Amino acid sequence: MSKWLNPRSALGITLITLALVALPFVAAMGGQAWVRILNFAILYVFLALGLNIVVGFAGLLDLGYVAFYAVGAYVYALLASPHFGLHWPFWVILPIGAAVACVFGVLLGSPTLKLRGDYLAIVTLGFGEIVRIFMNNLNAPINITNGPQGITLIDPVAIGPLKFSGTSDFLGFAISGPQKYYFLLIVLVIFVIIINLRLQHSRIGRAWQAIREDEIAAKAVGINTRNIKLLAFAMGASFGGIAGGIFSATQGFVSPESFSLIESIMILAMVVLGGMGHIPGVILGAVLLTVLPEVLRYGVGPLQTALFGTMLVDPESLRMLIFGLALVLVMRFKPAGLWPSPERRRELQGGD
Amino acid sequence: MAETLLAAKAVAKHFGGVKALCDVSLSIRRGEIYGLIGPNGAGKTTFFNCMTGLYIPDGGSFEFDGAPLVADAPHHAAARGIARTFQNIRLFGNMTALENVMVGRHVRTRAGVLGAIFRNKATRHEEAAIRRRAEDLLHYVRIGDRADDLAKNLSYGDQRRLEIARALATDPQLLCLDEPAAGMNATETGELRTLIDGIRSDGTTILLIEHDVKLVMGLCDRVAVLDYGALVIEDVPAVVQKDQRVIEAYLGA
Repeated sequence: MSKWLNPRSALGITLITLALVALPFVAAMGGQAWVRILNFAILYVFLALGLNIVVGFAGLLDLGYVAFYAVGAYVYALLASPHFGLHWPFWVILPIGAAVACVFGVLLGSPTLKLRGDYLAIVTLGFGEIVRIFMNNLNAPINITNGPQGITLIDPVAIGPLKFSGTSDFLGFAISGPQKYYFLLIVLVIFVIIINLRLQHSRIGRAWQAIREDEIAAKAVGINTRNIKLLAFAMGASFGGIAGGIFSATQGFVSPESFSLIESIMILAMVVLGGMGHIPGVILGAVLLTVLPEVLRYGVGPLQTALFGTMLVDPESLRMLIFGLALVLVMRFKPAGLWPSPERRRELQGGD
Repeated sequence: MAETLLAAKAVAKHFGGVKALCDVSLSIRRGEIYGLIGPNGAGKTTFFNCMTGLYIPDGGSFEFDGAPLVADAPHHAAARGIARTFQNIRLFGNMTALENVMVGRHVRTRAGVLGAIFRNKATRHEEAAIRRRAEDLLHYVRIGDRADDLAKNLSYGDQRRLEIARALATDPQLLCLDEPAAGMNATETGELRTLIDGIRSDGTTILLIEHDVKLVMGLCDRVAVLDYGALVIEDVPAVVQKDQRVIEAYLGA
């Protein structure tokens, strides 16, 4: 606890807090779209931290993580929209979404316990697609998910009298809907970060790491590898479920196409690019991979017009090109990720 | 006669047509150092793996500490008080020496997810106790000064010691060492011998698989010899050394 009293870290925390408070107002100068992008960045931090438990801590390569995101999103959509006429409050649905996603995590985890590496990746990839296809087709015979049309008019978040949609006044400041969501997301994500940090440096976190390092040795020292792996799947899935619920609420609309394989791959890329198993790295990876493509989207078109007087390459395809190139370069020159944990950096430099 | 800690009764294990173990029966008494020797491929490690739940035996049974040992999962064996090291060292290479030993405390501690998240008093106490015990064990095996080094960066001899410390962290009644002296020079073997002797004097029964016949004969109270998966003899070293069948098994008839 004494480290909180350390004046340097106290100053650091104050500065970070101020920056985080100012950020949505600075971003709003470029338009509310940027605040929304910021919100997406935080949502992906959420997702990447959840996946980091499975991939980074326990070393289980999961390519179907988006399934849990989808489950959480649909739980929220079904319980807070005119689709079933249910309008439960946000803070009731969020834990339900987490719990349902957690059950799905265990469901996916149990048949894959004996698989590792490539084999696990293939099975989880299949699971992710199965969930998406279910969402796509569960509109008949009973209409549960409304199929490819998705669910619309999802309730925005409201805590008591505080509505998160629309602009409201706060001490003379006009705070827009996305800005309010930003603060909600920041509070939630700080909780998630604390939970992750604490899990990592605990008996459970060590057991995950031991399984990642050597499963047979982990068994021999008495770790029930089955339960500990399922726990990783369940924890990761719960975070995915919560992120899904928030996604539903902020978007007001969900459809199966938001939960395609490319989403899983993006989240995995955030974890790997940032620095697997290292929480600050994962956060950095998630923020960069959400914000950079948007910067490119808005920046590449005008830049070309300015340089060449005409649009040579379609910004959308150039964006993916630059993005892909960046990924390759990072993996070539920083194979442990942009911000790896000190141990992991040594691991890759150690040469064995 | 001292109390029996582990009794194997007609344990058998086949791999396809190969009889790795046929009806091996032996008993280890509490407080002794029990040697298990035999030529390469005699079934020593297979016996180990059956006992610690890594393999499921095809026949026979084990009794440990007065109750049947159901060898269905390795973590059960550890919980019952059987710890082991591996012939080819299996440490958690990218964790520090201290963390390796702390993982060994897993089976004797309880903190779960909620404890980890809320860090209540009980969890903090437990965590401090885990750390203290791990530090003590590192000093016990004389690598206390390497606590913060990654396990994979330790010297070979220190890795062996760390593996023993990790096994001891599970509070075993029976410590099984699979060829702990493999690849060690005479000095290191001598130090290992002192360590093993010390562990026994502190009350842990030891099962030792070893190739180094001198080490086994000098250290063990009783020795069993396996050859082609069958028990040849189980007796005190002096008798085993003179046994005609053992000499044949080692030198070839």
